[in-house]
Amino acid sequence: MEVKDASAALLSNYEVFQLLTDMKEQRKESGKNKHSSGQQNLNTITYETLKYISKTPCRHQSPEIVREFLTAVKSHKLTKAEKLQLLNHRPVTAVEIQLMVEESEERLTEEQIEALLLTVTSILPAGPEAEQKQNTNGDVTMDEEDPAWNSTTGPSVS
Amino acid sequence: MFVLVEMVDTVRIPPWQFERKLNDSIAEELNKKLANKVVYNVGLCICLFDITKLEDAYVFPGDGASHTKVHFRYVVFHPFLDEILIGNIKGCSPEGVHVSLGFFDDILIPPESLQQPAKFDEAEQVWVWEYETEEGAHDLYMDTGEEIRFRVVDESFVDTSPTGPSSADATSSSEELPKKEAPYTLVGSISEPGLGLLSWWTSS
Repeated sequence: MEVKDASAALLSNYEVFQLLTDMKEQRKESGKNKHSSGQQNLNTITYETLKYISKTPCRHQSPEIVREFLTAVKSHKLTKAEKLQLLNHRPVTAVEIQLMVEESEERLTEEQIEALLLTVTSILPAGPEAEQKQNTNGDVTMDEEDPAWNSTTGPSVS
Repeated sequence: MFVLVEMVDTVRIPPWQFERKLNDSIAEELNKKLANKVVYNVGLCICLFDITKLEDAYVFPGDGASHTKVHFRYVVFHPFLDEILIGNIKGCSPEGVHVSLGFFDDILIPPESLQQPAKFDEAEQVWVWEYETEEGAHDLYMDTGEEIRFRVVDESFVDTSPTGPSSADATSSSEELPKKEAPYTLVGSISEPGLGLLSWWTSS
């Protein structure tokens, strides 16, 4: 076996997530040889990698979102590796941006860091925990509004 | 975190699989050979991405199977230097903090790369960051199962292919078990602001 190019392309977590989910669907459809001993390694690594990526914000991304994000951050002049890290991690604080962007104090002013944070949080969808937080907030507001039995169009009592 | 690696290999398809589509048999064989395995100086192979070129399939005398030279691309886990990753703490030992990503376990953060000052609590076998503020020192424990953000600072590949029998100490080596070494290990660091347990840096 020969390795022609050990780094032909960088893949984002979303692309790997998409590939593994598609592969899982295909193999589920063609059923029978999933459990043969030879496929055990593939099953293990696919399961573990999917489990890992599903806990990150990448599972809610789509090709359009990725394209939109890359065009939006073009003005900040980031390297490919930095854009990839922003895409994979979705930082929400300035500290995280400073970790992922090299020499961020010299290259980005505070306003630019704020703008970058805004771009990241507005374009990239939040992770599963953030969604849960949003759902519980939604429940709270629903309780404050009047529930159905106080409305005038309720069941008539006569 | 993941890279695409272009490789070339000759795949052997036994005759009883000739009725299947060649592409499917080859994909299955490649995954059987490489998935969840570490390739020296390349990384941990995850799964086949696509087949770029299939050359002619030959049948050699004496072997009924077909041999096809395949050019393909494989998804490989190979974080680049200084990449930020998030994992779970597997455990602590005097050697440092062991971190796992679920599909990849051999990540170590040595004591000198922890947030300083750090000390090892022998009783609970856990590393502690002694965080100093004006109010006094807080002890931040690095417990098992906690999510941790770290930077990849080094990687090392070990060639674990079997070596031939050594004539000199043949008897002694057969009695003791060979040491199992991980073929691919990552060294991490959390000595920067923002790195370490996620709970240390979330402001809620």
